This record gives sequence, structure tokens and C-alpha cells, in this order.
Amino acid sequence: MSNVAIVGIGMHEFGRNDGISGMDQGVVAVRRALADCGQQWSDMQFAVGGSMDGGAADTMVSRVGLTGLPFTNVVNGCATGGTALAQAVNTIESGAADIGMAIGFDKHEPGSFRIKGPRGKDWYGGSGLALTTQFFGMKITRYMHEYGITQASLAKVASKAFRNGALNPMAWRRKPLSEQEVLDSLMLSYPLTQYMFCSPGEGGVAMILCRADKAKEYTDRPIYLQAAAVRTRKFGSFEVLAPSIAIEHDPGPTSAASKAAFEMAGIGPRDIDVAQLQDTEAGAEIMHMAENGFCEHGEQEHMLANGETEINGRLPVNTDGGCLANGEPIGASGLRQVYENVLQLRGDAGERQVPNDPKVAYTHVYGAPGISGVTILSR
Amino acid sequence: MATMVAVADGIFSIDNGSPTLLGSRCTNCGNHMFPRQSGCPKCMFNTQEDVELATTGTLWTWTVQAFPPKAPPYLGPIGDDFVPYGVGYVELDGQIRVEGRLTESDPAKLVIGMEMELVLEHLGVDDDGNDVVTYAFAPVASTGTIEGAAS
Repeated sequence: MSNVAIVGIGMHEFGRNDGISGMDQGVVAVRRALADCGQQWSDMQFAVGGSMDGGAADTMVSRVGLTGLPFTNVVNGCATGGTALAQAVNTIESGAADIGMAIGFDKHEPGSFRIKGPRGKDWYGGSGLALTTQFFGMKITRYMHEYGITQASLAKVASKAFRNGALNPMAWRRKPLSEQEVLDSLMLSYPLTQYMFCSPGEGGVAMILCRADKAKEYTDRPIYLQAAAVRTRKFGSFEVLAPSIAIEHDPGPTSAASKAAFEMAGIGPRDIDVAQLQDTEAGAEIMHMAENGFCEHGEQEHMLANGETEINGRLPVNTDGGCLANGEPIGASGLRQVYENVLQLRGDAGERQVPNDPKVAYTHVYGAPGISGVTILSR
Repeated sequence: MATMVAVADGIFSIDNGSPTLLGSRCTNCGNHMFPRQSGCPKCMFNTQEDVELATTGTLWTWTVQAFPPKAPPYLGPIGDDFVPYGVGYVELDGQIRVEGRLTESDPAKLVIGMEMELVLEHLGVDDDGNDVVTYAFAPVASTGTIEGAAS
């Protein structure tokens, strides 16, 4: 068994939440996480939090309580939530604290992310190249060329996301969309259509972690962290917002984080019962299935045709609707995945509960400029 | 005629209406970098020399930017004047894969592996009335140089 447990979880609904700031959504998540395990903010010995557009996370203490706890801000692109969690795990494993909180929240303007270049003349953004959507279109175009993935499979993934999101009361997009509706929506960045992309959104997630040997003091259903790994890109990997890439090939930070996490946990991909994989767009979920070791490159085509990643399939993927149905509030997104897995492992996922009595669950978050975070949880 | 100016200094040079990308080469391991930088991400040595990159290559992957980017930072036409454009990585033989705009934006005419060459592309007019240009890749045999270019 691992040394760290998750004993409390809280979430503010994802979506477009008018009238409430990003940080206040984080505060709601904090209060719900405390209520989930019957604790007070004053019981927290430390906190780690992150947000890209919602303000410095540590300033929320003026609302939740000026207890004097050490509160570390983290910002790590789309992997911010995963990084906050990994830092919280390390803090407890080091013996520096017995119990603390990982927090993520955000609130982004509608539309694609506005990527600001360096001071002075921004040739990259000025030339129309500073769009994350372009990378996703180009990565899946190359992948389809190399491994025979079809656009129909992209539509299958998106349609599954909205079907699962419809079963999730915390999700943003809760209307099921057929594969044809996905294919017929506006083409944004070939071959990806509007409904194949997630949108920057809003929301907050918080979770309380503690020493595993004390977990039963806080809950009768602790979930144990078997691994939490974060890796950055190596030379030769193909990453978002890169003006150039090497001709040499590296499989990228997702493969590296995945391998590290499986090694830490002492298990392999076949032992995973449910997985939440970064689906910034439909192609990303497909590519990340292989990069995380769940199949060989190209096998996704028949796995999707056979429904193997559906809620009742062999390996359910993105059971809460993923980024596609929840949107992507950068600071909160990686923690949303962990929140979903805690629900699934507790058996509390309601209509979208996977039926295979899950014991081990996997999350993977990916972000600019080439960061991946993986967690493995168990009952 | 308006003066032609590059979108920024140090990214590409213009000679007779044709651009050349300005890169770096590591003197230790030979790794190429674009744009120019000090410090080699491959071998970690800090001795680089300035080089000009190849002006032709093959298309490694691509997409089409079908909606207007946010402005700022985008300097090209937006709103009703927006025109979709291709974006791709072109592999410069033995050097590096460079990202850039493509002059072709029709998915039916873009094929991985096709021959591409470096050209200039108009973005817009700046506050001083200058004609702002960036670099782009064009399918070989369908391009020429921009008339009246100042070097």
C-alpha cells in the first residue's frame, strides 16, 4: 500500500459560470472537500494550488481562513492540477505534514486561448501560429497518416464524451451528440471539427490528502495514491507551440510519465479498471491510449469500433465526459480526472458508474509546453 | 510603394523578395535550432554558430486554420476579411522541421511528403504604412517571388 491517501473531494460545477469568479469556484470546491471528510480548514497543515487566469491561489486564504498554513502556488500549463497533486503527495511522503489540500480552479475567456508572446515583436503570434488548436490538428494528421486512424474514430470518441457527460451532473455539455452531428459541425483545424475540441471553461476542484496510516481517522473509504508522476518533454518530442522540432523522434512526456507511474505502482496497464486520459480534442484521447501503454499504435481503430472504451467496455475511458464534455479550466482539469476516479473507486459515480467493480484507476493530464502528469489510485 | 518589413528581426532575412530562415547550429553535436538560440537542448553545450537554413523541404504534417486567430497577437486580416490558411511542419533535409504558414489551404491539395519551398507572405499594414510580411511554405512549382521587395 502507498503512503498517501485521498480522504476528501470537492468540486464546483464545470461550465460557463456567470456571476462567480474563478477563485470563488475554488473556494466552493475547498468547502465541499472539507465537508466530504468532516474536517475544517484549520485542520489543513499545508495547501498547494494553481490557476492560470483565476488569480494567485494562495490569496483565497482571506476567504477560507487566515490560519497561517504554508500555501504554495503552482502553474504548469494544462498539467497544473496534476502538478499540485504531485506536490501535495511529496509533501506528505517527505514527512513535512500529515494532512493537506490540493486545489485547482480557473475561469477563461470564451474561444481559443490567447497566447501572449515575449515582449517586443511577437513574430509567432503575429504570423498566426500561436494557436494550440493547430498543434492538435497537425499531431493527429500525422498520426492518422502513420497508423491508419480514421476521422470516423475521431467522431466516435467525441460522441462517447457527450454521451458520458449527459450522465454527469457536474459536466458542462450534457447533450448527447451523434457521430454525424460531430462530423457535420464547423471545421476548425482540419481534420478536427468544433465538437471534437474541448473549450476553455470554468470550474474548481479540491482534494484532501493525508498519511495513509491515518486515513481511516477521516473516512471509512480512503482511496490510496499508488503513483503520481510528472514529466517534461525530452529532445525530439513533438509538442504544442513549437516553432521547430527535431527530426529525431522521442515518444514524449506522456510515455515517460506513464512508465514512471506504472513503475512506482508496481503494476501494468492491464491492471487498470478505469482511465481518464487528456482529451483536449478527440484525437488526443486516441493517441494517449497508446502513449499511456493501453494499446499499440493503431489498435485504437478496432478498440473504438468494438466499444472497448465505453463505460461498460473492457477499459472505460473518460467516464465523466472528459475535457470534451467538461471543458478545460486549466488549473482544475487534472484534478477533475482524479475526482472522477475517486467517485468510481468509491462506487459513487451514479448513472455513469463503471460496472466492473473497479479497484485501480488511472489519470493522465497533458499540457503546454510538453508536460504530462499521471496518477494511479486504488481502493 | 509601401516598404516591406519583416514581422520581426532575426527570424528570416529577405533578399530580392525571397526569405531565408535564420537558425543556429551547435558546434559540438551539429543540432540545428530555429529561431536562433544559445544553449543546445540535445547535447547541453553552449557553443552555437549562426546558420541559414535550407529553403526547401518536404511537408511532415499540416492542418488548416479555419477560424480567425485572436488579435492581438495576430497581425493578419480578421473578421469578414479573414482568409483560412494552412499551417504545417516542413522537414528541411538533415536539419530540422520548421513550423510555418502554408500558402495552400485546400485539404485536397495538401499531402504529407510533398515538396515545399520557402516564400514570403503578406500579413497586413502596420501603423507606419509598412507592408508587414512573414515567411510561409508553398508547394514547389506554384510560387514566385513577391514583386518589388526591398531587401
